Amino acid sequence: MPTKVEKDSVTGTMTTGHEWDGIKELNTPLPKWWVIITWITVAWSAVYCVLYPSWPSLSSYTGGTLGYSQREEVARALQAAQAQHAPMVQRVTAASIEDVRRNPELLGYAMAAGRIAFANNCAGCHGAGGQGARGGFPSLADDDWLWGGKLADIQQTISVGVRTGADEARTSQMPRFGADGVLEPQQINDVAEYVLSLSNRAGDAAAAQRGQTVYADNCVSCHGERGEGNREFGGPRLSDNIWLWGGDKASVVASIANARAGVMPAWTGRLDEATIKMLAVFVHALGGGEQ
Amino acid sequence: MSTIHALKQLRATEPEQSPKLYANRVKVYPARVRGLFRRIKWFLLAATLGVYYLLPWLRWDRGPGAPSQAVLVDMPNRRAYFFWIEIWPQEVYFLTGLLILGAIGLFLVTSLFGRVWCGYACPQTVWTDLFMWVERAIEGDRNARIKLDQAPWTGRKTLLKIAKHAAWLAIAAATGGAWVMYFNDAPTVVREVFTGEASLTVYFFVGLFTAFTYALAGWAREQVCTYMCPWPRFQAAMLDENSLIVTYRDWRGEPRGKHKAGTSWEGHGDCVDCGQCVAVCPTGIDIRDGQQLECIGCGLCVDACDTVMGRVGRPRGLIAFDTLQHLDACAAAAAPLPAGPARLDAAAAQPVRLKVFRPRTLIYAGVLGLVCIVMLVAFLMRTTIELSVLRDRAPLFVALSDGSIRNSYTLKVLNKLHATPVYALSVQGIAGAALSAADAERGAAGALHLPVRPDAVTTWRVHVTAPRASLGAASMPVTFVLRGQDGQEVARYSSVFLSPRP
Repeated sequence: MPTKVEKDSVTGTMTTGHEWDGIKELNTPLPKWWVIITWITVAWSAVYCVLYPSWPSLSSYTGGTLGYSQREEVARALQAAQAQHAPMVQRVTAASIEDVRRNPELLGYAMAAGRIAFANNCAGCHGAGGQGARGGFPSLADDDWLWGGKLADIQQTISVGVRTGADEARTSQMPRFGADGVLEPQQINDVAEYVLSLSNRAGDAAAAQRGQTVYADNCVSCHGERGEGNREFGGPRLSDNIWLWGGDKASVVASIANARAGVMPAWTGRLDEATIKMLAVFVHALGGGEQ
Repeated sequence: MSTIHALKQLRATEPEQSPKLYANRVKVYPARVRGLFRRIKWFLLAATLGVYYLLPWLRWDRGPGAPSQAVLVDMPNRRAYFFWIEIWPQEVYFLTGLLILGAIGLFLVTSLFGRVWCGYACPQTVWTDLFMWVERAIEGDRNARIKLDQAPWTGRKTLLKIAKHAAWLAIAAATGGAWVMYFNDAPTVVREVFTGEASLTVYFFVGLFTAFTYALAGWAREQVCTYMCPWPRFQAAMLDENSLIVTYRDWRGEPRGKHKAGTSWEGHGDCVDCGQCVAVCPTGIDIRDGQQLECIGCGLCVDACDTVMGRVGRPRGLIAFDTLQHLDACAAAAAPLPAGPARLDAAAAQPVRLKVFRPRTLIYAGVLGLVCIVMLVAFLMRTTIELSVLRDRAPLFVALSDGSIRNSYTLKVLNKLHATPVYALSVQGIAGAALSAADAERGAAGALHLPVRPDAVTTWRVHVTAPRASLGAASMPVTFVLRGQDGQEVARYSSVFLSPRP
């Protein structure tokens, strides 16, 4: 309880009048400039509440008279970025994919944009560097292509996807030779041995010999006479060192018995034409692109 | 209780005896002065300001696509141009070298001639000098200015003050304006500044340098040298008894006092205590008090005193650039004699010799020369073409259908020249290894032809494909070699080739 406000003899400052056990408190108010700035900020906060979004309500918020919104700001920034890219995107859309590949300026742009589109859309399955992954995610960096490695082939595959049900989709059908009882387990074993011998891997020579007949009856139409594959039907090449589903005998047997059917979405509709074109150019340049 | 009580008692008993920690500035009103050192200062002022304001306007033809300004720091394009030299950001050590040269040069000059940098060439001194000249031209000389400041505010005083500050601000704005010209094309940026098209950065820096020039040269002045600048604090370490410094020859001047014209000088020092040396001093000190931190060694008091000595008919040099060693020798020679002209004769016998070669100066000069040589060698050995190779990590390698292994590399060729050479890239280290790239032609002998962009870094992604039979180990060294069209090797880079364990 304030008792007596007096001037302190030592400092010359007034006391607050409070006293505890003989100790008196000096009255040292906040500096004037500090108080003024505080009140200015308080006043500004009131102005801010009127001008900008500030108070939440149950389902919305006060919008402010300036109508400012960070979402709109982002949208505007995105639009500005798109507008900035528009001339190049238009040029890519207008040019044929071969022209994009040949024009250094368009190629540079397509590679940069394709890299980003690849990371956003493709890397999840095909890997950051297009190296693919076990379990049916093909490597895009090697020289083995199921549906063709030319620019136009890649562009088409990205556009229509694999086994999407669309009319033009890349679709192939490997019969389930074991599960559906087309071949006996012995025959499957024999034809697996023959398939392994196509890539010069020694195994049971007699079984391979027997398997050749089975192969000729059941596999040749899609995989070719010597296992060279057929890109028309998406028949994988069996005579090389690249195996999408594993190249050891157990995997090959499993593939014959149960068949394999990977899928990839069609990107038409998800991505615009220019982006698909640039993706194709980027994938083509990963290392396996064919001329 | 006892401590607080003691403190209270202490403060109660001697409140006014506690030392004041803040010294109010005493405004300095330097008077006009004429003489040799004033002329040198005017000349250096004109030369340094002339270089500062005009250098950005000097043109230098570098061909198309490159700026035609002789001295330019091009921040957006990451280049610095100095006449025929073009520096990339990674070569900023040349700038470091220049700064080292500047520092050691300053040490050398200071050890020989004292604080000539402070007195003659420091921007703070030069701009303050210019601002003082403006002040003198508008408000008059020392006495007029003192009177004007003490006078009540009248229309004339207001007008003079407005004129002075307007002139100061104009000079300050020109200073800030010239600064941005070193970072932008001068004619373009000047036009943009006046038409309001310049970037916010440009206006910010013009404003910043205008404000600082105005504040430092107009208002802060000698306080910058006395309180803000670190150089006066440690420059004493470069000075010794053989360095030239501005000194008052007390053995000759004392006892000072008024002297009636025509009377004898016997028993009378040469200093007539006219106060001119104090009146002209830009930092407002009395050189007769001896060496002081505040003295910037400009020598204006020498000019002032020489004028007065000429008027009273005594030899010049009562205040002079002298070494402490010579000062002490003269004082010792003069000490036994009574005050008066006899002392001057005794001191005249003391040899004046400027000891240039001292361990200190030799060391400074040696380091200076060494840095010069290092920089020169670095500049002459500067490469204009550089190759760097970064191996892809995802995937580490790609197995191809025929069993061979391919590694991919990101290749950067840095070309500092404004030419567009085509280089041939080959790879060594693995038998049968073949190069390919999506955007480069393959020439004879399997070499890739890389057209390098001028004054830029060009990037390629190249593939090296090696037959399985050549791969003896999971990691094998390979070397990329870049050759000119004449077959001359211009750059090489070592990397490794990875393959699955056999």
